[in-house]
Amino acid sequence: MKRAWVLGGGAVIIGVFAWLLFGGLEKNMVFFLTPQELLAKGTEGVGVPVRLGGQVKPGSVKWDAQALDLRFTVTDGGGEMPVRSTGAPPQMFRDGMGVIVEGRVGTGGVFEASNLMVKHSNEYRAPKPGEEAHEKYRTLIQQSSTP
Amino acid sequence: MIGLLAHNALLVSVATVVFGAVIAPIAIRTGRREWLQLTYGAVYTNFLLVTIATVAMVVALVIHDFSVSYVAAVGSRSTPLLFTIISLWGALEGSILFWAWVLALYAAAVVWLHHRRPGNLVPYAAMTMLAVAAFFGILLVGPADPFVPVFPVPSDGPGPNTLLQNHVLMAVHPPLLYLGYVGMTVPFAFAVGAIVSREANSNDWAILSRRWMLAAWAFLGAAIIAGMWWSYEVLGWGGYWAWDPVENASFLPWLTATAYLHSVMVQERRNMLRLWTLNLCVATFVLTIFGTFLTRSGILSSVHAFTTGNIGYFFLAFIAIVLVSTLVLVAGNSEHIRTRANLGGAASRETVFLLNNLFLTAVMLTVLVGTLYPLIAEAIRGVKVSVGEPFFNRMTIPAMVALIFLMGVGPALPWGSTTWTEARRRLLPPLIAAAVMGVIAVLAGARGVYSILAFAFVGYAAVGNLREYWVGMKARRRAHGEGWGTALVRLIGGNRRRYGGYVAHIGILFVALGVAASSTFRSEREATLVPGQTLTVAGQTVRLKNVWGREEPQRSVIGATMDVLGRDSAVIGTIHPRMNFYRVSDEPVPTPDVRSSIKGDLYVNLMAFESNGANATVKVIVEPLVPWIWFGGLVIVLGALIGMFHGGRRRTPSAPTPPEQSAAEEPVLTGAGE
Repeated sequence: MKRAWVLGGGAVIIGVFAWLLFGGLEKNMVFFLTPQELLAKGTEGVGVPVRLGGQVKPGSVKWDAQALDLRFTVTDGGGEMPVRSTGAPPQMFRDGMGVIVEGRVGTGGVFEASNLMVKHSNEYRAPKPGEEAHEKYRTLIQQSSTP
Repeated sequence: MIGLLAHNALLVSVATVVFGAVIAPIAIRTGRREWLQLTYGAVYTNFLLVTIATVAMVVALVIHDFSVSYVAAVGSRSTPLLFTIISLWGALEGSILFWAWVLALYAAAVVWLHHRRPGNLVPYAAMTMLAVAAFFGILLVGPADPFVPVFPVPSDGPGPNTLLQNHVLMAVHPPLLYLGYVGMTVPFAFAVGAIVSREANSNDWAILSRRWMLAAWAFLGAAIIAGMWWSYEVLGWGGYWAWDPVENASFLPWLTATAYLHSVMVQERRNMLRLWTLNLCVATFVLTIFGTFLTRSGILSSVHAFTTGNIGYFFLAFIAIVLVSTLVLVAGNSEHIRTRANLGGAASRETVFLLNNLFLTAVMLTVLVGTLYPLIAEAIRGVKVSVGEPFFNRMTIPAMVALIFLMGVGPALPWGSTTWTEARRRLLPPLIAAAVMGVIAVLAGARGVYSILAFAFVGYAAVGNLREYWVGMKARRRAHGEGWGTALVRLIGGNRRRYGGYVAHIGILFVALGVAASSTFRSEREATLVPGQTLTVAGQTVRLKNVWGREEPQRSVIGATMDVLGRDSAVIGTIHPRMNFYRVSDEPVPTPDVRSSIKGDLYVNLMAFESNGANATVKVIVEPLVPWIWFGGLVIVLGALIGMFHGGRRRTPSAPTPPEQSAAEEPVLTGAGE
């Protein structure tokens, strides 16, 4: 009798747990899409959390440092999605670079990013001559040496 | 030269461990127990050989021998010595070598400490560890060979991943992690040994394996906390946990190990849950291998999967072999494992332990499913998805809050059964603390149900656990007239296993409080400042002084110097958030600066700067109670140490128990309810 209770109780608990688990998953899943795939969803793609991957369209970056307002366009060659983000871009953020932005498309068709990640590979290599990314901070080092 | 020597040492070690693993069952079956010396010899020889290979790798790294493939991949002449040495575990092949070395160390320690023990448990455990060592040995001489000769020899290498050479915690976190991960092989080996030698019915193996699990559990817990600390100090986002697959991989075996540490007590006291406890041992081990598979196979994209490789199939095959062979073993010996014992009353400690195991398993399964779901979705539905933090938070936080509550319930209830009146008498007092903590949380601005419950239950569990010390100390004072301090020390010393557990509980409560406070009351602001401008976040004000740059041998450093202002705008300190640019990567490594106090952290990260130093964009985060998390980690380790080195109740059964020990234990252990 006791055993039946334990087994029955266990089954109910597992059932409820599985139901919660998969229900929770469906609701909290974030699709990983390119601009083209997101645009193809039409209105269905509005308001749902998405991870948008692609390149920063050259010439599209507008950064207002005082308002911390960053606008750029993510492209995958086939589609383009304007993105608005609040907060400083990563220091090396630049045209043509691979990015992943987390957020959702607002009603105006602009992707409101809550998180901006620069995509970089696991491969680390020494930079070739002439492509060192030092220019950005070279002047600062030359000007000031006292912390 | 070094590479060849090390490679040959590894080849011989594979032959040695295979021989040692094969000879053990033959020795036992044929009754030639003296052959077991060969198995034990293989364990020691393997330790020696893998040590030679590991030392050879460290030497190759330090002398920059770029003819060794691993050194060519992660070494660099400009890397500081410390980071050169610790790049031993910075990438795939080196970390597998380090794993093999830690495993060899554990196996040698187990054999050294337990080889005199009668019976077949230790021989079979040694056999199991040798078999696992064979797997890692084969990886090292095959697909993950770190000693492949490189020709022509490069003059310099790229150096370790820049993230990994930016903070000294990288010298702490991985070794702790490996000591934890690999240490879980030992209880697994004892579990297999117990099944094969048909000793699963005795509690002896459980006492042995429990100690080793406690050690591994403490290492893994400390490693997880150190990893949280590292990501807090290095990644620059002001957080310490993101439900990233790599983080989940370390959390999964910790959860099952925690469940094991509780269920093994039920097994010892009440002869219940034998099969379950065995399975938790196996599951914990499999989850460590599985975690390694997740992080080392490149199958899941993760922000910090530092290595990729194609050795994933080896790990999958190994997991399959482990699962199938343990299933067969358990099925073939089930009549020796099963026990019939009845649950005590509903209000008893074992009920709480059952619930504890239920919740821990549920959290483990949730995290496992959430981590694997992207793989499943891509395989079945062909869509790329990621499972966001909200899923993990929504699914696990209720269970973890419940676990904190149980932490306050379990210690108060006796084994067996008690009356509801007695249970109420013991469980109601902490409710006052719960109410006080809950009200404080609400007054401070907490709004979410689980957030408020978390604070309340931390209060409940704290009082529930501290009450145990109080009752025990009072009893000792009554019985022996000791002072409070003496009573406390003798109380813990006399019941190390119990009080070790309670100390660990207190550590967990520190962590829980830190996590609850920092996630509920965190405030952050980002702003672009010109020198002289100030920014105020949650009552704390910083003022930008200047932006500067500096060249170092292996990197360029850009920093902002900021004054921390007190109440009357007086400067009470400075803070230096920086950005490190390494030669080998375009990406700067954020290096936030943290000013800690008992109340919490002021955390400043430099986000961007104008190249002429005209302005700097900084993110300022005020995180209450975060240092409590790191402190809690230390307390947990302390608790595990106390519980591990418990007195000789089992080892010297003939020695008379000192009278004060039993006297102090009785009133606490059985209570007035019996």
